[in-house]
Amino acid sequence: MSGIAERAKELRGNRNAWLVPAMIALGIVYPFVEEGLRNLPVIGDFMPTTGTLVVMIAFTMMAVGLNIVVGYCGLLDLGYVAFYAVGAYTAGWFASQHFEQVTFHFGSSVDNDQVGIHVTMWVVLIFAGLLTMLAGIVIGLPTLRLRGDYLAIVTLGFGEIIPQVVRNGDSFGGFNLTNGTFGIAPIDPVGFPILSSIGFFPDNFQTSDNRERWYYLIAFLLLLFTIFCSVRLRDSRLGRAWIAIREDETAAAAMGVPLMRTKTWAYALGAFFGGVAGAYYASFKSGAFPADFYFNISVFLLCMVILGGMGSIWGVTIGGLILAYLNFSGLSTIGSKIQDAGLDFDPTKYQFGIYGIIIVLMMLFRPAGLIPERRHKIELEEGVHDTPFYDVQTEGALTDRDRGND
Amino acid sequence: MAVDNLVEVTKLRKEFGGLVATDDVDFTIPRGSIVALIGPNGAGKTTFFNQLTGVYKPTSGSIVFDGVEVRDLPPHAITELGIGRTFQNIRLFSQMTAIENVLVGMHCRLSSGIIGSILKTGKVRREEAEARDRARELLTYSGLPRRHGERAGNLPYGDQRRLEVARALGTNPKLLLLDEPTAGMNPQETADFTAFVRRVRDEKGLTVLLIEHDMKIVMGVSERITVLEYGAKIAEGTPGEIQADERVIEAYLGKGAAA
Repeated sequence: MSGIAERAKELRGNRNAWLVPAMIALGIVYPFVEEGLRNLPVIGDFMPTTGTLVVMIAFTMMAVGLNIVVGYCGLLDLGYVAFYAVGAYTAGWFASQHFEQVTFHFGSSVDNDQVGIHVTMWVVLIFAGLLTMLAGIVIGLPTLRLRGDYLAIVTLGFGEIIPQVVRNGDSFGGFNLTNGTFGIAPIDPVGFPILSSIGFFPDNFQTSDNRERWYYLIAFLLLLFTIFCSVRLRDSRLGRAWIAIREDETAAAAMGVPLMRTKTWAYALGAFFGGVAGAYYASFKSGAFPADFYFNISVFLLCMVILGGMGSIWGVTIGGLILAYLNFSGLSTIGSKIQDAGLDFDPTKYQFGIYGIIIVLMMLFRPAGLIPERRHKIELEEGVHDTPFYDVQTEGALTDRDRGND
Repeated sequence: MAVDNLVEVTKLRKEFGGLVATDDVDFTIPRGSIVALIGPNGAGKTTFFNQLTGVYKPTSGSIVFDGVEVRDLPPHAITELGIGRTFQNIRLFSQMTAIENVLVGMHCRLSSGIIGSILKTGKVRREEAEARDRARELLTYSGLPRRHGERAGNLPYGDQRRLEVARALGTNPKLLLLDEPTAGMNPQETADFTAFVRRVRDEKGLTVLLIEHDMKIVMGVSERITVLEYGAKIAEGTPGEIQADERVIEAYLGKGAAA
């Protein structure tokens, strides 16, 4: 009986099943039709270049990672930029001339006589993810006992601390870890040093004729990988525990969900994708600089999650792409159109004001986001039992009595 | 005769500031029994429950469950040892479906890891399928044969109570704590529920501790009763003994009522 009902629901859900392959196809084809699209009248100017798309995708990946923390587990993280920074600097440490004391090469695309550690970016991406995960655990362990607003403030603090450490990290007891305000540059390119011997695959994306296309293609695959993991995690035993914590921490704990461990996993896995995205983006723009890691990036990423719909993977993906597009290309295009029309108004100067207005409008008219997650939509409408466990634990008998709880 | 006790609480004390919510209570639950905890409003029954399940840390005293001191363990560890509970004011994951609620209850009995879940290995698939089957069984067993895919918050009140029990059974407990399980039920539902509690005990070999206000249930289903007043234990015994106990009558009806 219920089996049939569930099956029927599945089939109905499948009506939208063509959307995913269609979007993947569009994603793969885009760089090859980009020129044609950009030559179209009127809308042509608004088409992002392939290079812009790489940046858009890197930030969308971070948003999808942040969604695990904020959307699934309900932990408000205002310092996600820290993970981006750790990822980018991991790329700087393991794939640049930064550590000139040593010369170590492992499958890298750069010349063998360059000093410094040069590990192939493919391994560096994994390193970056793992190191960022570790950073997530280190930040998470002391802070995840805090409840909503307090957690937000502490993560905000960490988000500020990491860029400052990076900025001042050129002399840790005389050791130059981050090269201070100058940052680490150049960072090694991605490439296929082994595959390149059979032709077609470039040894080095940066110097290849199709630099943007190659970077885009791999970024696109990384985004798909992030989304895939995100979907699988949501539907797993761990994902259920995250959502249970989001809905009612105390009940979740009483049902045998270990709160600290489960939250720390949300933090660590969310951080993982931020780290990978950060490292990849650092390679694309060939540098990691402390000025990249300001608080506004954290807010920017959070805006993507809210705009798209907290907890909804496709919503966050779309929200991320839209906001990143506006930020890195759309607003300036709109600005030049306005200038052409003879008005002296440059929207890029007001970008955060504009995002603010978008968020306010979203909250007023579509609080669950562009593509709401089914559950979250209801939570926003009906509310949840969200007294944090550590409050329940310490609350006195008084409140118990008030509620007639005894 | 030596009694095999599943729970042995000694000198349990909980203070909230100056208020003594649990006043050096000694308490035992024999394995396989149905025991009730009663007392006037504010007597500290739920506080006692919350200490058993690790939500509150006792100020002093000891709680031994199945031979293990659980006083300082976090709630999830206590659940893992085998104490499942329901809440007085229903605390379901109301946005999750009925079956998902039970699956969350089964969390500590499942073992799928992160990598396995991402790759959806055969082992994980099998475990999930088995867990779903078992969750369906438990739902049916608890009186919810249909609507397993319904949002918990959409279920009628009585069904939500039943779902809470199913979720607690999902943790595969040895001891089931029911906090006013029949509050708000009509007499027919209450009678069904009482029969159900006895059935759970008999068929699943559980031990049950319930807090209840409805004396008909308390007297009808429980083998032993403990009475709390102002955090202290004032009486303990079989239903017959409790009904005749002067202090209990006094606590409920006031001085002079016993005469």
